[in-house]
Amino acid sequence: MEKNLYIVRCGEVALKGMNKPYFERVLLERVKNALSCYEDASAKWIDGLMFVRVPSDIPEDEVISKCVRVFGVASVSPAVEAPKDINEIGRMAAEFMQKVIETEDIKTFKVKGKRADKSFAVESPEIARQVGGMVLKACKVLSVNVHNPDCVLTVDVRREGAYIFRDKIRGFGGLPLGTNGKGLILMSGGIDSPVAAFMMAKRGMSIEAVHFHSYPYTSQRAQRKVEELVKTLAGYMGTVRMHVINLLPIQEEIVKNCPEDETTLLVRRFMMRIAEQIALKNGCMMLITGEDLGQVASQTAEALVVTDSVVEMPVMRPLIAMDKVDIMDKAREIGTYDISIQPYEDCCTVFLPKHPVTKPKKDRIERSESALDVETLVKNAVESEEIVEIRP
Amino acid sequence: MVYLDNSATTRQYDEVTDLMYKVAKDDFGNPSSLHSLGFEAGNILYDARRQIEELLPPAGNVIFTSGGTEGDNMALLSSARKLRRRGKRIITTKVEHPAVLETCKRLKEDGFEVVFLDVDVDGYVEEQVVKAALDENTIIVSIMAVNNEVGTIEPVIPVGRTVREYNRKHGTDIMFHTDAVQAFGKLPLDDTDADLISASAHKFHGPKGMGFIYMKKRHSLPPYIIGGGQEGGFRSSTENTPGIAGMGLAAKMACSDLIMKTSRMGIVNNYLLNGLRAEIKDIMVNGPEELGYTLHEHGRRCPGVLNVSFEGTRGEVLLHTLEQDGIYVSTGSACSSNKTGDSHVLQAMSMTHKEIEGALRFSFSEFNTVEEMDYVIDRTKIAVERFRRLGSFR
Repeated sequence: MEKNLYIVRCGEVALKGMNKPYFERVLLERVKNALSCYEDASAKWIDGLMFVRVPSDIPEDEVISKCVRVFGVASVSPAVEAPKDINEIGRMAAEFMQKVIETEDIKTFKVKGKRADKSFAVESPEIARQVGGMVLKACKVLSVNVHNPDCVLTVDVRREGAYIFRDKIRGFGGLPLGTNGKGLILMSGGIDSPVAAFMMAKRGMSIEAVHFHSYPYTSQRAQRKVEELVKTLAGYMGTVRMHVINLLPIQEEIVKNCPEDETTLLVRRFMMRIAEQIALKNGCMMLITGEDLGQVASQTAEALVVTDSVVEMPVMRPLIAMDKVDIMDKAREIGTYDISIQPYEDCCTVFLPKHPVTKPKKDRIERSESALDVETLVKNAVESEEIVEIRP
Repeated sequence: MVYLDNSATTRQYDEVTDLMYKVAKDDFGNPSSLHSLGFEAGNILYDARRQIEELLPPAGNVIFTSGGTEGDNMALLSSARKLRRRGKRIITTKVEHPAVLETCKRLKEDGFEVVFLDVDVDGYVEEQVVKAALDENTIIVSIMAVNNEVGTIEPVIPVGRTVREYNRKHGTDIMFHTDAVQAFGKLPLDDTDADLISASAHKFHGPKGMGFIYMKKRHSLPPYIIGGGQEGGFRSSTENTPGIAGMGLAAKMACSDLIMKTSRMGIVNNYLLNGLRAEIKDIMVNGPEELGYTLHEHGRRCPGVLNVSFEGTRGEVLLHTLEQDGIYVSTGSACSSNKTGDSHVLQAMSMTHKEIEGALRFSFSEFNTVEEMDYVIDRTKIAVERFRRLGSFR
């Protein structure tokens, strides 16, 4: 079957020095995996570019959207392969442009010549000149504009062949998934935590999730919403395992035994402890939260110090210095925003004190906590977990 | 399982399911086809229509719809279209179902003048209030028969009379519509003095996606769905024969021995209320205290509904606590329980936010029993006590 060619460029992977082969191999795996739904799709590295071939009956948009979702991919271009003969290159470039002007309103263009293979007799500027001439002849509506063209056609002559392409569709960049350990995201149903998970995954971290609920104070619909969010994330990072824990028994103990204004903070401390236990059991080396400095009472600098102090594991907070509007934009970009804004109660808002402490003192919180059997509560919570596997 | 959310929807009668299966399988002809298979399908429509018409006031036609919402939309939009040159005023209440309220808001945007009448603390609109709102510019009066959230029986009988007299005296042709979605199958409707009555099959153990509208014979309204001319040209679209057959049978079954069934429902309803009162402190009935068994007992409460506020709790949490015990209820109205914000009906009854937040609606069918209520009282007591012990700070 005839196949279409796509050129995939990697971003930072290329900068990795001695480890470059490792990163390249993982990225290749990830791209192959993203395209595994197509029979006969192939991908391989040749001199720093990844050449992906997919049967030509698969729509271009679909292939591109699958490739750009792979972390580590900087950009993708649908391309045409030509024999290393300047006349053939010119003929195929003209054909390529004819197709472009059929569907798009393009008046001006320029050709950019590249010659990685120095044994090719025609030099770069001359490639551009000759191919440009042949395109002009074939497409009467076009004229050349070297400064501000509607369309730039690149001809790249390489060792194994000549390649003609035009658009570069940007990927998310980052590093291939799985090249940077595994982290556990504390997943609420809000806007922030999915973005935090996405950002860490983009840096190559594999992700597991833990979700806390307070059923019957929260509803099953609230959990379904979280599953929808994770499903969206799974579109970038593959199947995600989510640990689901009912926090209500702990919240009940806190409400009964501790000062009201400290409730949220005490609950946060329990979440961190439980999350750390789950992380240790599942090979996660870090916790990840969607906290954002100063956003709510439990996210003030003082509060973060008090919540952090209950765990030994590093806690990653990729959104810590972002403004809410920017987080919201990011959530829209990755497709989680519209799910996040569905109005369901989550476990953090159920026992919301009227005036939560914003500048908690660690020793005071610890004193309040001494009324509780922390170890047993954490143990019971961890043991009660349910695990859901969420596929893309 | 104790299902007490019958105002949201009911379990379909098994006989209805069987009949629908048979009609879908065997009688699949198009009633508009000239051959005998089409003729047979036509007979099914005919029989179902007669079954329903027998239960409604004389001298009217039944038109099949896709449910209560379509019926309400149809009644208001088609009447407004017909009478738009004669007048602009539409009178309704603040406690109608969104199918009426939102349609009225649309008509308001389109240049009609809509009056949303206030109700009293029981959710009841006084007949005099309606009368005072009438003028010669009025074209439609739309008042529900039974409120879906609190069960109040509205003054459909006297208002029907008032509108008729007003029309005679002033030579107007005001249309009187009643949304009887919660009333049909619970209260007899055969002496309702309305021009248009809308109802929905799944509220009386019929299929979902089916409903009907009753229209007095002397009226002709412009078509609501335009096309091949089915339903006397008023509502085109190939008829949903299995659904219509199922609705006809469900109507017949629901309304047979109606008085006996509603009396029993009233006993169950009162038993639950008395039990809750005896076992749980600080509760409040939303809507009228007394039950009524016909539309003539307006101002009372339909035995199908019991809405109670448990002070200092949150209905939604109680709901999720009770569902773990297999008890299904709702907060406010099932249609709006996904929306944030308080029920518009309870707000119109001047209830506070706290009272609204603690409200649960129990709604009954002929299948509920007193024995079930013992269990419900017990579990509700536990749920309320647990919540009150713990609170939720807000």
